Amino acid sequence: MKLRVADGGQSNDKPSFESWGRYPTYAANVIPLHWQSDFPAVAQNLHNGILPVGLGRSYGDVCLLKDGNLLATPAMSRLISFDPESGLLTAEAGISLAQILDFAVPRGFFLPVTPGTKYVTLGGAIANDIHGKNHHVAGTFGRHVTQFELVRSDGTVIRCSPSENPEFYAMTIGGLGLTGLIRWATLQLKPIVSRLIDYEGIQFHGIDEFLALTEASKEIEYTVSWVDCTSTGKNFCRGIFMQGDHSNKRAALKPSPEPKLVFPFDAPGFALNSLSVASFNTVFFHKQMGKRQVSLQDYEPFFYPLDKVLHWNRMYGKSGLLQFQYVIPWNNAREGTVAILKEVAKSGLASFLAVLKAFGDVPSPGVMSFPRPGITLALDFPIKPDKSFPLFERLADMTLEFGGRLYPAKDAAMTAAQFQTFYPQWEQLARFRDPMITSSFWERVTGDQPNL
Amino acid sequence: MSQMATIAAATSKHQNTSHRKILILGATSGIAEATCRIWASQGAALFLVARNDEKLDAVAADLRARGASFVDTAVADLDDTDRHPALLAHAVNSLGGLDVAYLAHGVLGDQTQAEQDFNTAAHILHTNLMAPVSLITWLANFFVQRRSGTIAVLSSVAGDRGRKSNYVYGSSKAGLSAFLAGLRNRVDREGVTVLTIKPGPTKTAMTSGMKGSEKFADVNAVARSIVSAVDKRNDNLYVPFQWQPIMFVIRHIPERIFKKLNL
Repeated sequence: MKLRVADGGQSNDKPSFESWGRYPTYAANVIPLHWQSDFPAVAQNLHNGILPVGLGRSYGDVCLLKDGNLLATPAMSRLISFDPESGLLTAEAGISLAQILDFAVPRGFFLPVTPGTKYVTLGGAIANDIHGKNHHVAGTFGRHVTQFELVRSDGTVIRCSPSENPEFYAMTIGGLGLTGLIRWATLQLKPIVSRLIDYEGIQFHGIDEFLALTEASKEIEYTVSWVDCTSTGKNFCRGIFMQGDHSNKRAALKPSPEPKLVFPFDAPGFALNSLSVASFNTVFFHKQMGKRQVSLQDYEPFFYPLDKVLHWNRMYGKSGLLQFQYVIPWNNAREGTVAILKEVAKSGLASFLAVLKAFGDVPSPGVMSFPRPGITLALDFPIKPDKSFPLFERLADMTLEFGGRLYPAKDAAMTAAQFQTFYPQWEQLARFRDPMITSSFWERVTGDQPNL
Repeated sequence: MSQMATIAAATSKHQNTSHRKILILGATSGIAEATCRIWASQGAALFLVARNDEKLDAVAADLRARGASFVDTAVADLDDTDRHPALLAHAVNSLGGLDVAYLAHGVLGDQTQAEQDFNTAAHILHTNLMAPVSLITWLANFFVQRRSGTIAVLSSVAGDRGRKSNYVYGSSKAGLSAFLAGLRNRVDREGVTVLTIKPGPTKTAMTSGMKGSEKFADVNAVARSIVSAVDKRNDNLYVPFQWQPIMFVIRHIPERIFKKLNL
């Protein structure tokens, strides 16, 4: 059976669904799902493959399917039940983490794990098994998902939990949406008594200071660092180590206001260059006066500084941005990170807000999950075809050499060979994949090309 | 004494917004559901009517979790006007009274087919005009007896002037808007509020797949405006508000020009 056929005619259309990096862009047919019963009913007459998608906050092509059908889930955002005693929330998978927070925070609960944006769906958070600043104590998002329901394109409904269909549970967490549509899920929220975070920011110079701060902050729930990857010499690997805990002083639990700022247009291609980014990095580093800064801040700027400006990705212009995030295990973590940061600084390709963090050893239930104990670094580059891709390939090869791997949710460029070395368990996912579901990422990294 | 009265008035006002008794007809429609989420979070008591029991149950569970003080439901095909009096009586009895009736059911219909086939056009007019007239007649008389209450009805900007792209739908909404204006003129002096809501194109299940639908208004923003208009006992609401000046212009284009336009 031919599942996918190439349809060259559509590719010039304006893409109706973009990933956050806006690279690559593909035409696809977007079908919103409004009700749990919409799937698999809508899939019966579709050709060319399907892919469930959320809010398109993954950067590359895990949420894209060239010339195929994207089943958009954000209208499936109903709550199903909430137990205010245990904090167990069951909701349809299209609900966003922002909507969960709006509901949960006034009731004294918070997300067990949150990424750097709250505009991702519950289903997407499971499919990419996302992580946050508390990975070293809480593990990945999937660890807090107690059960969910998976619907296959043939109509089979599979209830998944660590004890019920555990193999589907393990393959779907981090399974990139390929095992079926996640219809609803139950998430274990955690209690808070205040919106506020006890924050401390500490300047560091060099990887060893970073590692010492990491070691000293093991008991602190949230830690993350911003690192300047444009500077060399004595400023090489300088950064700010940011740590915080939920304040335990009771305070008003008001809902967050709606964001008002929207980045209004695509910035011209030259706006982000090595000079503007280096200046930004210097200003950011020195914005913090002195070595240490302590404050009490709202969770919004602490977790979601960029969510304040909707569509901030337009800053990178029409051609988009390329993300690169690796994890390198502890035995090579220091050496690998220094080597990669040197390579980035040498390239002169701007990257601002490079994010550095130590992952902990809390295991994920997901077979395909990205995090593992070690150091993770996330960078983004504006896309300059002649420069960005060769650099990316060098960095990916270096990651491989140091025994690390890259994060599919942030990838648009790793090769099939690299992916299959990073994730030898991919063949297991291939066996659990729903035969109608695929993604442009999957086709790229498995060589599973459409039948022509 | 007067201080007591002030406190009593404040208390009753508080109860008005937090434990309001609201009937929603067409509760699984996109705009209605978004509106109900806000009312639920304020602790309102809700009675939901829709055609599909599975969807109705999903919406009811969501509203219960969000904090509605009471949720009851009834499955009904609102085209069946004979059943309206029994349905409305049941809803009022279940809620133990009624403060707001919100009519949100309707169909967009197939304009092209309706141009050729009277039965298609008649069906659109029945669902969007005749059925609401039946419901509102009962509700208006109920509220007039109580000398209080709000009837909030989803009409449409499409009813402000007939256009070739959707004049059957538009004429059903034009009839509805005219009916509501006349009713308001009758019952306002009896203490009853009639709110005509005219949303512009909004991102919902009804409009998904329509050309340009990604630029349509956000349903939650539309819902917030509706909740606020109900609270303020407004007469008319264009939402988003830009549609008021836009429709003012469209209404005033001379017919000899208008008839040549492709709208």
